Amino acid sequence: MFEKGGKLEKFYYLWEANETFLFSPASTAKKTGVQIRDAIDLKRMMMTVVIAMIPCLIWGIFNVGHQHHLAVGETVAFFSVDNLLFGARWVLPIVLVSYASGGIVEAAFAVIRKHPINEGFLVTGMLVPLIVPPTIPLWQVALATIFGVVVGKEIFGGTGMNVLNVAMTARAFLYFAYPSQISGEVWTQLAGETAVDGYSGATALAIAQNTVTSGGNDVVAALGEFFSLNNMFLGYIPGSIGETSTLMALIGAVILIATGVGSWKIIVSVFAGAFAMGTIFNLADANAFMALPAEYHLVIGGLAFGAVFMATDPVSAAQTETGKWIYGILIGMITVLIRVVNPAYPEGIMLAVLFMNVFAPLIDYYVVEANKKRRLSRATV
Amino acid sequence: MSKILKLKKGFDINLAGKAEKTIADSPLSETFALKPTDFIGMKRPKLLVAEGDNVKAGTPVLYDKMQEDVMYCSPVSGEIVEVKRGAKRKILEIKILADKEIEYETFESFNVSDVNSMSREDAQAHMLKGGVWPNIIQRPYGVVANENDSPKAIFISTFDTHPLAADLAFTLNGEAEAFQTGISILKKFTEGDVHVNHNSDAEVSATFGGADNAQHNKVSGPHPAGNVGVQIHHIDPVNKGDIVWTVSPYGVVQIGKLFNTGKYDASKLVAVAGSEVSKPQYYKTFAGAAINKFVAGNLKQDHVRFISGNALTGEKVEEDGYLGFYDNLLSVLPEGDHADFLGWIMPKKNVLSFHRAWGLFSFLNGKNKEYVLDTNTNGEERAFVQTGTFEQVVPMDIYPTYLLKAIMSEDFDNMEALGIYEVIEEDLALCEYIDVSKHDVQEIVREGLDLMQNG
Repeated sequence: MFEKGGKLEKFYYLWEANETFLFSPASTAKKTGVQIRDAIDLKRMMMTVVIAMIPCLIWGIFNVGHQHHLAVGETVAFFSVDNLLFGARWVLPIVLVSYASGGIVEAAFAVIRKHPINEGFLVTGMLVPLIVPPTIPLWQVALATIFGVVVGKEIFGGTGMNVLNVAMTARAFLYFAYPSQISGEVWTQLAGETAVDGYSGATALAIAQNTVTSGGNDVVAALGEFFSLNNMFLGYIPGSIGETSTLMALIGAVILIATGVGSWKIIVSVFAGAFAMGTIFNLADANAFMALPAEYHLVIGGLAFGAVFMATDPVSAAQTETGKWIYGILIGMITVLIRVVNPAYPEGIMLAVLFMNVFAPLIDYYVVEANKKRRLSRATV
Repeated sequence: MSKILKLKKGFDINLAGKAEKTIADSPLSETFALKPTDFIGMKRPKLLVAEGDNVKAGTPVLYDKMQEDVMYCSPVSGEIVEVKRGAKRKILEIKILADKEIEYETFESFNVSDVNSMSREDAQAHMLKGGVWPNIIQRPYGVVANENDSPKAIFISTFDTHPLAADLAFTLNGEAEAFQTGISILKKFTEGDVHVNHNSDAEVSATFGGADNAQHNKVSGPHPAGNVGVQIHHIDPVNKGDIVWTVSPYGVVQIGKLFNTGKYDASKLVAVAGSEVSKPQYYKTFAGAAINKFVAGNLKQDHVRFISGNALTGEKVEEDGYLGFYDNLLSVLPEGDHADFLGWIMPKKNVLSFHRAWGLFSFLNGKNKEYVLDTNTNGEERAFVQTGTFEQVVPMDIYPTYLLKAIMSEDFDNMEALGIYEVIEEDLALCEYIDVSKHDVQEIVREGLDLMQNG
């Protein structure tokens, strides 16, 4: 029915997507060329990334509940059913909306353009919910995901052709189109209840900025016990759903690196770049934020999540091995630069990744040119 | 100056069913075929015989209108029983029913001092007429060499690292004299060196190790360390305008025999191997043998694929098909036309993968585990997504993805700058195997080479 000439020929690729989801295809190697093929395919590779994100998602669900109960003054254990139920109530709809809205766009483009549905969206659909605050209106999630998929990817020709990271494009869209829902004190889902006296929903980055603007001189003191290095590393802090826990991001990093799906060079170099830039600021020491010990930059905000899941997107990252080092280091450095120097943008990783996405082809260009030059110089010898 | 190469990059595909070093006691195939399609550069094949003609081993059967002096000769004596043609009367197979006793065309033979004092022109004329010229392959492009060229060097790889590859030290055992003659003849064609490259991880065979007039190099590493293209890249790379020639050890021996004995000797030992073969071993036959005698009663099951050549670069042939001109291996693998429930996420331990993505546990098995792999594609074609993996299986200073993209966009300048002259299909075959997005890498490489050669 869906085959060529069939009644629903138009929807062949929709049918094909479902079919290949249930059963891997029975296709065999061609007459010439390799007669055997590796066991991997793009679906499996993408699912590996999704699996690596699951620790972040689970932590995010508990933490949404945890932050809520803190804010309203109830004391519950972190890994409690209360936290789980409350978190799931707010997080799962975001995940569903993201997958559904993006999936519809993918399917529509596949049908119009007559190509198979690409698996890249399995990852994007999970990334978007993890980088938005739990208070985000669902319609904004849908709009941002559609924007990300269409403008970030489909106008360039679909998966594999995009210049920008799709999920980061979606988030940047939200950030600039609806700033009031994604900045300020939106990180705690109060669900209509009132916060206890003295509760502040500010994030560590906001506190650091405020310290500078209010003329304070010790960011670490301003962060206090609540934002201790330890708490920020583990992730008992407010923030976007999936990015609060550096530890969970690192577990994801271990999965990506062990499976070879994510580039360890990029992950390591983003952290290294951020630490280096933090250290340079420490030496400059011109204001309180610059004096913040460099290691704080590694656990604050979305750096770890961005380094592990955003910067490593193979399509939008640098593609040469030398290029990956340069690309990662610059992302780390620019992230810290934006955080410390530009008070308008409390978090730098989003813009740093997008910025370097644009420059990745240039980095690769010079790495590949060097290869060509080696070949040319050999010819004259 | 001999060189020692230690290559790190690459990937060994360890298939089950390697040929044991025994020679089967089996009747000779009844028919043999010469397939013009085995010669990649051949543009306008012309027949010199008709159905019903009788030929001897070494009788010219075919030539290319674009390269009229190179004769393609019958491997056996017998009767031309069929000229099989395809669309637009393209010649596909010239089938020869072999005599019980093979009769040979008589060519002139030479003793050692004649061979050494012979001029290039005389040697060339003898080789062209005697049917051994097609053994000489030219880089760039991987086509039969132009007899008027003088290559800057000639390369011979004495070992094959492809899956299930025949052991050349075994198949050419005792041919040291012919090998030496072949080297001495080839040396006349180049001002540079004749490079004979050995596997450092194995004992050097007496057939190849003692040859004079050659530079002996040693190469170690996983596949594609045995590929002559990879060796050329590290020893004396092909730059723009350069020409080098490559000859298989079998080809060198065949050239040597033509001069030593005056015969076009197309006899060879071929390996019949693969997980579906009951008794994988070697068979004595001639080039272009029908495969039916090798597999009749020698299979574990029916649903198999016959591959003339190895599993990475070979060609599927039917049960009544023939081995290719250059091939010394028949691989028999299970056909993989089965759909697997949730096959894209289920853990797989027994399917070899270069990758370690979720559920692919073959890396835990160690290097010595032998795999039964079928012909399933394990996924469908997608856009290029994963980066950095092709580079890990190509031990050359080349960016395969960039080269492939340059070919796909028909960007001549970039193809050249990115090293298209240095590769042929087999050098990037591993990329095709490991490709997450299932591209036909070898087909793309050939398109690029065709573009560069013919514009």
